[in-house]
Amino acid sequence: MQLTRREVLALSVGATVFGVAGLRAGGAVAAPEDVKKLMMEFAGGEPKTGRIALTVPEIAENGNSVPVSFAVESPMTDKDYVSSVMLYADGNPVPTVASFTFTPMSGKAVATTRMRLAKTQNVIVVAKMSDGSSFTDTKQVKVTIGGCGG
Amino acid sequence: MSETKPRIKVPETAAAGEVVTIKTLMSHIMESGQRKDKDGNVIPRKIINKFTCEFNGKPVFACNLEGGISANPYMEFTAKVTESGTFKFAWVDDDGTVTTAEQAIAVK
Amino acid sequence: MMPRRGKLGRLFAGVALAAAAAFAAPAWADNELDTYKKMLADPFANPGNLYVDEGEALWKKPAGPKNVSLEKCDLGLGAGVVKGAHAKMPRFFADAGRVMDTDTRIAWCREQLQGIPFADSAKTAFSARGKKSDMELLTTYVANQSAGMPLSPQLGHEKEKEALAIGEALFFRRGSLLDYSCATCHAASDTRIRLQPLAHLTENKSAGKVVGGWPVYRVSQESVRAMQNRMWDCHWQMRYPSIDFGSEATVALVMYLTKMGEGAPVTAPALAR
Repeated sequence: MQLTRREVLALSVGATVFGVAGLRAGGAVAAPEDVKKLMMEFAGGEPKTGRIALTVPEIAENGNSVPVSFAVESPMTDKDYVSSVMLYADGNPVPTVASFTFTPMSGKAVATTRMRLAKTQNVIVVAKMSDGSSFTDTKQVKVTIGGCGG
Repeated sequence: MSETKPRIKVPETAAAGEVVTIKTLMSHIMESGQRKDKDGNVIPRKIINKFTCEFNGKPVFACNLEGGISANPYMEFTAKVTESGTFKFAWVDDDGTVTTAEQAIAVK
Repeated sequence: MMPRRGKLGRLFAGVALAAAAAFAAPAWADNELDTYKKMLADPFANPGNLYVDEGEALWKKPAGPKNVSLEKCDLGLGAGVVKGAHAKMPRFFADAGRVMDTDTRIAWCREQLQGIPFADSAKTAFSARGKKSDMELLTTYVANQSAGMPLSPQLGHEKEKEALAIGEALFFRRGSLLDYSCATCHAASDTRIRLQPLAHLTENKSAGKVVGGWPVYRVSQESVRAMQNRMWDCHWQMRYPSIDFGSEATVALVMYLTKMGEGAPVTAPALAR
């Protein structure tokens, strides 16, 4: 059964991924069904907001190379660390962009890379901790069309 | 089709327990499998699908990449070093080719 | 040679500039584009560097029917001197009897030293998807060997002065279907097409930043592009007939643009859309 965006929003309460907290005001909309499914599968439930911060530009001059960076608050000890982070783009033909694996030897659970965005959409990160808890952040990136038609 | 050596930036020295930043840049077209040629046929996917970093044989960081990572993939991450040693990096292509590189660091 | 400035030309100029200005984006867009550029600006992360490495290897590799490397190529500072040569281009070369820019001179050396016909270099000058162009690799390496040095187009020789005059005339000459000239888009500050800011190429600082950065890694094309490609690209965007690689016209335009950016440091390969 396909839920409409409105129905999904109506179902969400509290500090879940669809809450206003963590989303840029007036910017990001709820993640489409399939990305939400992927996120839930990965996280083993609904990820909370907080502890992970996603950095992307608000506008990208071109969708081929959009800088993306994240940082997760974690002591990164043997007992308490970030095990992996998923990076999604909810408007791309393949929404999963990358998965990152960390160990206590990483020192910090941070990474920076360049991603492709097919159009204006939300970039979403989900971090899974060694204790099974999960956290998410999402931001919208506006992808612009260039000058002379490219 | 990566004929070039990857570029790697690792500090030459570090203090024991320091968290150092590592930057890598790999030459690769990262053909996503989404594009079509002029006859309308899908150009098959050919990407680097995995990047790993080890230090003295122990895993530090890894990334599974999909077609949504830009061409010439750039990866920046950190590593906590407690002893001198060597970082080993590997990039795995869809076709199975593995490109590797190494960089030593002196830790006081 | 006076540029056309008929009534119709002025009307089109007005319309074009108005169109360009009409898309002047809100202030937040300016700041956010700056954020995007800053985030991309890490010089290490610029894939253009990979082209420098590959270009250097190619420069030193024996190739062509004569199976010789390009290491004896004279780029204006003497055979075999690559460092600093690009910063002093374009210039007149007595052995070729004409003014050349870096791209053109490299293609000339490939023919003279390696036996690879100039026409072949011209035909394969621009990378296609999945097939890097040797010319772009070589030009990126050579330009990068002038990094930090000021753009110093050579203007002592009569032919060099002539190239500059021709370049300026071409820059302002309107033509073809859209009645455009380079100046239509590139002779004013604070203009843009959609959200793409347009460089003011007759103003030293703006011109210098652009010209000093080429060859650039073009994110939109996922490849490095050299000035000859930029000349060709602009001309088809203006709906002109195709302009030839290494032609007198392209070199004259490059001479003019380099003169406009004179003194700015070479930063090639820069990163651009």
